[in-house]
Amino acid sequence: MSLLALSNVSVRYGRLTAVRGVSFTLAEGEILFITGPNGAGKSSLLRAIAGVTPPAGGRIDLTGHDITGHAPEDIARLGLSMVPEGREVFASLSIEENLMVGTGMHASTRGWKARAATELEAVYATFPILKDRRHSQAGLLSGGQQQMLVIGRALMTNPRLVAIDEPSLGLAPNITDQVYERLIALRSERKLTLLIVEQSSTRAMLVGGRMMLMRGGEIVLDGDARTLGQSEAMQAAYFGYGDH
Amino acid sequence: MGSLLQVFFDALSLGSLYALGALGIALIFGVMRLVNFAHGDVIAFSVFALLWPSVDAVAIIFAGNLPWFLLIPFVLAIGAGLSVLSEVFVFRRFRRANPATMMIASFALGFVIRYFLLMLFSSRPKSISLLPELSQPIEILGARIPLLQLITILVTLTVLFGLTAFLRRTRFGLEMRAAAENFTMARMLGVRANRVIMGAFALSGALAAAIALILGSQTGTANIMMGASVMLMAFIATVIGGMGSLAGAVLAGFLLGAVATVMQVILPPDARAFRDAFVYGAVILVLIFRPQGLLSARGTKERV
Repeated sequence: MSLLALSNVSVRYGRLTAVRGVSFTLAEGEILFITGPNGAGKSSLLRAIAGVTPPAGGRIDLTGHDITGHAPEDIARLGLSMVPEGREVFASLSIEENLMVGTGMHASTRGWKARAATELEAVYATFPILKDRRHSQAGLLSGGQQQMLVIGRALMTNPRLVAIDEPSLGLAPNITDQVYERLIALRSERKLTLLIVEQSSTRAMLVGGRMMLMRGGEIVLDGDARTLGQSEAMQAAYFGYGDH
Repeated sequence: MGSLLQVFFDALSLGSLYALGALGIALIFGVMRLVNFAHGDVIAFSVFALLWPSVDAVAIIFAGNLPWFLLIPFVLAIGAGLSVLSEVFVFRRFRRANPATMMIASFALGFVIRYFLLMLFSSRPKSISLLPELSQPIEILGARIPLLQLITILVTLTVLFGLTAFLRRTRFGLEMRAAAENFTMARMLGVRANRVIMGAFALSGALAAAIALILGSQTGTANIMMGASVMLMAFIATVIGGMGSLAGAVLAGFLLGAVATVMQVILPPDARAFRDAFVYGAVILVLIFRPQGLLSARGTKERV
């Protein structure tokens, strides 16, 4: 059974159609990169999956449940953890508080902190810098540290699928390397399924896995990241040479 | 010395009222960007819930004769209940509306509550004696301080400490603070939107009821407009505190109380009738120099 299945999903903002008729399935343990130029509809697609922008048409299934039009908090409970564009840390909350926000949903009020403590230690083991600064305000962290914080925060909910929108945005290349290194390690440790949106295909080619190319709200290519990344079809589709 | 102390307590107790009011408005603004102008009418409603409907000048007490340990929870529950109902029946429909639409809806709701009270009780102020044992003064260092003033200040401090502990130490408090800062992100982390918003409305309504109790005992009257002036000052306090910042709202509430009280003392007697104009003038000055408020809600800017 597939973990995530989209069939004919479209997203509209008023008259503007951002995503048109997208269908794909994602198997447990897979790593999928969605790449494409600015305005291709990548972020809109993620927002639809997370329930933030309900799709205008089509159907989305997560772990075998129809989640089309469901509230974000219900979709999160089924095991989707979302790291949205621009990171969205809770700037006035401390790092530890940021990490704790998502732990409430699976626990009773009584056992809350004890249960979360195990998760917290695991995240701190992955990102030691977060432990060192756990009581400082999240808004004071650097961009790279914030990226680690939001990935850590996403892991605290014990997810099955982590969707990340542009993890490399605004980060220096060596920091991006570090972030990806941790992500890949986490994926094998926790048997995570990853759905990563990136503008360029470079990262996907480095990491490997499956890659889809979005353009004008549609998926135009789908295949192995390394093969696809080197193909001329990719270049043509990305820049739209083939349109005429 | 004695009169100075008196001014100090006046300022503190007036500031307490404003701070409680501002907190009630900021709590709701924080989670749903709604400026709830019906807040003042929730205050009035909570007082009138103690009376039987009648148009006479002397109120017919209904629940007002309860002993204090029943009376206080009763009034708090009324305020919280009305506030939660207004969320469920009115504001929930406007969740996705823009802030101006929500604000107008809150005005409309305020009118509905006020005219409902007008229908049952008429606009004539009624004398009530609520917790009369609190009006006797006590003497501190030569100043005669009404017991009620001390209790007002104590209650406010207790509420502030209680609320801070609640927001800092409990799961629901953490979820509320996260939701106040970024509602969508909080929901993506599994925070239940409806629960958080209803919690904010319940707290806000209970704060309105606390103000109702204090105002009712202080003035000895019930008046359908009694919440309006506190509401206005409380709203101003949330603006100069930095919309959505709870600490800012409280700070600005106390500041407004202090400014108003001090003006009352230092202004020449002829100008005292215009005290509020001077207070609002000070507000304008603050906003010219700090348009984002004293403590803006996202005090820390993101570093990239």
